[in-house]
Amino acid sequence: MRFLFKTDYEDDIKLFPHSGYLVSYGILLVLLLIAPYVLSSYLMSQLVFVCIYAIVGVALLILTGFTGQASLGHAAFLAIGAYTAAYLQKYNVPFPVYFLAAGGLTGIIGAMVGFPALRLTGIYLVIATISFALIVEEILARWESVTHGNEGMRVKTLSLLGVTVPRDSPTFYFLCLSVLVLTIVGTLNLLRSPTGRAFVAIRDSETAARSMGVNVALYKVKSFAISAAITGFAGVLFAHKLSFISPEMFTLQLSIEFIIVILIGGTFSLHGAVLGAIFIVMIDPFLTYLKDDMPGMIAGIAATFGAGPATAGNIQSKVAAFASLNGLKGAIYGIIIVLFVLFEPLGLYGRWLKIKLFFQLFPLYKRATFKRQKIYVKSERNR
Amino acid sequence: MLDFVQQLVSGVALGCVYGLIALGFVLVYKATEVVNFAQGDLMMLGGFFAFTFIGMMGLNYWIGFAGAVAAMALFGMLAERVVVRPILGYPQFSIIMATIGLGYFLRSVAGMIWGTDDLKIETPFSQGVLRIGSLVLAYDKLSVIAATMILCTLLYLFFNKTTLGTAMRASSENMLAAYYMGIPVKRVVSIVWAISAAVATCAGVLLAPITFIHSNVGLVLGLKAFPAAVLGGFGSIPGAVVGGVLIGVIESMAGFYLPEGWKDVAPYLVLLAVLLLKPEGLFGHHVRKKV
Repeated sequence: MRFLFKTDYEDDIKLFPHSGYLVSYGILLVLLLIAPYVLSSYLMSQLVFVCIYAIVGVALLILTGFTGQASLGHAAFLAIGAYTAAYLQKYNVPFPVYFLAAGGLTGIIGAMVGFPALRLTGIYLVIATISFALIVEEILARWESVTHGNEGMRVKTLSLLGVTVPRDSPTFYFLCLSVLVLTIVGTLNLLRSPTGRAFVAIRDSETAARSMGVNVALYKVKSFAISAAITGFAGVLFAHKLSFISPEMFTLQLSIEFIIVILIGGTFSLHGAVLGAIFIVMIDPFLTYLKDDMPGMIAGIAATFGAGPATAGNIQSKVAAFASLNGLKGAIYGIIIVLFVLFEPLGLYGRWLKIKLFFQLFPLYKRATFKRQKIYVKSERNR
Repeated sequence: MLDFVQQLVSGVALGCVYGLIALGFVLVYKATEVVNFAQGDLMMLGGFFAFTFIGMMGLNYWIGFAGAVAAMALFGMLAERVVVRPILGYPQFSIIMATIGLGYFLRSVAGMIWGTDDLKIETPFSQGVLRIGSLVLAYDKLSVIAATMILCTLLYLFFNKTTLGTAMRASSENMLAAYYMGIPVKRVVSIVWAISAAVATCAGVLLAPITFIHSNVGLVLGLKAFPAAVLGGFGSIPGAVVGGVLIGVIESMAGFYLPEGWKDVAPYLVLLAVLLLKPEGLFGHHVRKKV
């Protein structure tokens, strides 16, 4: 086990606490850079979605994970970013300009949502953000002169500095990856700055933060604006990746998916956003794979346990029928959410930390290290 | 004028359904501080149970209704035991996510079992209409209004007059203190979930003749019940029903008098306005912040 000897505050807030980090992230970066030349085009496309979801996940982590303000309306911010891009593109605005404009506009709207949110906490905030998202969805469907209503909008192929970048080219992947990396590095820097410290202070106790001189209202609005702006950037990439956007893509379902990203990844670290994004994007191909291969596998297992060919065939067709039922995906989603909340509240990254600690402390690992405290006394209503 | 009254009545009937779902939210919230995002889906499931008993097994309407309520009460207890009890005491956000997950699961499973078609239950109120002068009121809408009144009164009396109701209010204020006072908090919470699922089932069965039952009905109506609960002040039983009725009337008036599109947005605009101007709602009481 490595012990870090810190003599200075600067040591405590280093981006890379020790050289091991540089090595492992360097290897990861190299792997990501050679990915387009190794992986199939389908997996590359999924990897682009991982990048986009991870950017939104990071945005949501700033707001929910670090400032403690839950939001179920991030699909609306994504939609505003995507529609701004699609609208400005019609007037031949170059990519860098509308990319920044989308982020800026979404950030301003995020701040406007943040102001009323100052008075709200807990469930009220969740409900208010849901209503905001539903209203935005309706506006997108009705404001036909700008958004073309339910017909949706085509998004032209991205052209960056005179070069066209098709949505399934490696260049587009590198663009998404660089936006993701910039977002993560920027957020890490934000979180070790006084602003980030103020966010965390507000999350842990608003009263304590206020008594330490943190301007709670200002920082909450800032958190909303930053989170919304990053989501707006992701929206531009999302629009280009899909090349067609319509209001029914940005439903409550999508907002819930974003929350699931950070919930499954882990809400206390930026690693969580990336891990959660990988999980949520890859679950689809995984389920398809299971649907295709599961029946044969189960029949094979049945056959090895002495079932006759007729019984095995029967089992195979039954499992196949079950696997192609309509709502199975939703049911599996639901079960996954519930299981994570019940048994792995720290998410995938929490599990990784536990495994790491287990081997570092072997054989002295204690389960109680990660146990959360239950609070029955204080009602959130009176806080 | 006649149009106005017709719209008013159908708005009130629709609002009563929102009110009944909101009532479920409020019951669970009052007793455990948990907001059950799967409440609408419990309603949907209750409707499907009633359909199975009445439509498929051919039972009498009232027996089927009672059977569905009993089955859903048990289901509510089960859901509480499996999903909510292990995480009571953790931050609200975890519990909200768990109930969202439960809702997802119920929607999909209901879709798998009963299919995705709209189902209809034959009720004794399905056909008839009540004529007062030139005003025509359908019995199915009136039945919703009447049932809501009865349920609301019963629950209000239950919460304020009975020992069990007082125990529920006590455990809502402070679970630990309630436990020290000898209240079996776990059993109380379990009963609250049973009641809330039963109320949701009533909503589902009464709704069946008006909007048909399909697996997504819970999501749609559940989202509309939030403005109702907030408008009434989360945590007030009469408030939930009054809020529901107001939202229903606003929605149906907006649908009739305002351009298309306002109908779906109006409840949420009201919700945001209430949250900004009077966050404690119409019937809620303001709680001072303590350190």
